[in-house]
Amino acid sequence: MRNAVLNGISRHRVAAVTAFLIVFPWLMPYEALAVNVLIFGLYAMGFNLLFGYTGMLSFGHAAFLGVGSYGTGIVMVHYAWPWYLAIPAGVVLAALFGLVIGWMAIRTRGIYFAMVTLALAQCVYFIFYKAESLTGGENGLRGIKLEKIDVLGLQIDLLNPTNKYYFLLIFVVMTLWFVSRILASPFGAVIETIRENEKRSAACGYDVARTKLVAFVLSSAICGLAGSLRALHLSVVPVDSLHYLTSGHAVMMALLGGMGTFFGPFVGAAAFLLIEDVVTNITKYWQLVAGAVFMTFVLFFPRGIWGSILHWLRHR
Amino acid sequence: MNSNELPAAIPANSGSRGTMVESTGMPTQKADQPILVTENVTMQFGAFVALNNVSASFESNKLTAIIGPNGAGKSTFFNVVSGAFAPTHGRVRFQGRDITGMAQHEFARLGIAKSFQITNVFSLLSAHENVRVAAQMRQTRFELLRPRADLKDLIDKADALLHRVGLTGLRDKRAGDLAHGQQRCLEIAMALASEPRLLLLDEPTAGMSPEETLAMMDLITSLAEERTVILVEHKMKLVMGICQRLIVLHHGEFLAEGTPDDIRTNDEVKRVYLGQSA
Repeated sequence: MRNAVLNGISRHRVAAVTAFLIVFPWLMPYEALAVNVLIFGLYAMGFNLLFGYTGMLSFGHAAFLGVGSYGTGIVMVHYAWPWYLAIPAGVVLAALFGLVIGWMAIRTRGIYFAMVTLALAQCVYFIFYKAESLTGGENGLRGIKLEKIDVLGLQIDLLNPTNKYYFLLIFVVMTLWFVSRILASPFGAVIETIRENEKRSAACGYDVARTKLVAFVLSSAICGLAGSLRALHLSVVPVDSLHYLTSGHAVMMALLGGMGTFFGPFVGAAAFLLIEDVVTNITKYWQLVAGAVFMTFVLFFPRGIWGSILHWLRHR
Repeated sequence: MNSNELPAAIPANSGSRGTMVESTGMPTQKADQPILVTENVTMQFGAFVALNNVSASFESNKLTAIIGPNGAGKSTFFNVVSGAFAPTHGRVRFQGRDITGMAQHEFARLGIAKSFQITNVFSLLSAHENVRVAAQMRQTRFELLRPRADLKDLIDKADALLHRVGLTGLRDKRAGDLAHGQQRCLEIAMALASEPRLLLLDEPTAGMSPEETLAMMDLITSLAEERTVILVEHKMKLVMGICQRLIVLHHGEFLAEGTPDDIRTNDEVKRVYLGQSA
């Protein structure tokens, strides 16, 4: 019975996660936090495609979140593009950066791969930091305005945080569907073989390098979308979007939630941001608490929150 | 690997990698034409010469065993002809085509499948998925949006292969949870899933119980009825009864080849090998 329910949920995982995300804002203390969880959940999900499913630990994913933000922000602020073109612009730019960074980084493995992605992401940070006329440099890119959208004559006020949440949710649900399809596809099977055993995968006739690059680009495009939505949400692009600490957030959220699980990244993002939100009210050293929780999970619950729950439900 | 030795090993055809043919659409072979040929293959690791000038040819649809005492270069030879290493010198030809230095996945797509000496399966995936994903290579590789549950023929093919190696009952078990002998059988099913013309097996019975060994030998014999099989084996007695040809390596060099009877009566082989009470 329990297994039937679990199997049902995993078969309709997009619907299940969507249903949860629809009620989610009502469970949060305030909507802005829910929006943040949505955006960072998407970011962690893009990261998880690479880390949890393909087995490649990148420490440079802030580059794609940041480039997605800047891509959308720059075309809106400097070229007055409408939002529906600015979002794809951010995604495409992030994917292009993913193609270049991935092309260089996939030659390495393990810790070297992590270090190369970290170094290249720092290069991206520096480029955007220095390109002040385009990016606003240290002050970030300001003036991204999206207050109202017009859908078939219907005016939607995005200054209302609830409206904004559901507006962004549409993009998140589309991505959930996309990722779910990828994971269920033949390609999804191949990336898992690469995580399990690269040599064996090559001996089965799969071009490991090319498959990794495709996974890397897909992952960066999804993180780019998260960045793009974040730019619309914040109406500025802070330069620390590209900071390596932001790369670390993706790793922490994915591990905290459960790497290689479909819903884990959202759970991880929610846990991480809730800890930040609650503990900051008590002490400014919230990262101490976040770090302790993170270490507890890595040491004692390596499956993460969602992964442990799933495991417990299946094997009780 | 010594990188400054490599230029000699990178073949002239490396430029054609991008346009590799997908299937094994080679001209049909005459039965007596060798399927695999090595020409003066030398493999050096730094100063150590693991293989020295080995030339050998393997006929189609025969079961050939490569034997030799420990350190004879059997595994190195296996790695060279299966695409894991590019030889330092010399060439490898498959169905008349120079395949020296091609990437590992290109070997598999040409129709050369192998099982590893150390068991090598996708541990977290089910036994069935291990075989299914291996079979999938012939059909699709970069499809992003099609559910793989739709590819019914691959699912059936994987089930048929699991049946053939005797793992039907363990279909949904994680490959990593299977017993050692079962994992070795799973590897064979994975190798078969890619529809190989040439099947390379590196000590397929290593670590198996006597009963498992017998079952594996039966399986190998039946596989060799439909395709070329090259077997690397340390235990000479094991292969004497089932193979049609033997190649003996010793200290990285080609020592002898012939039928089991030829090898049994070869004085040099006796000296280096049988004398050790193999």
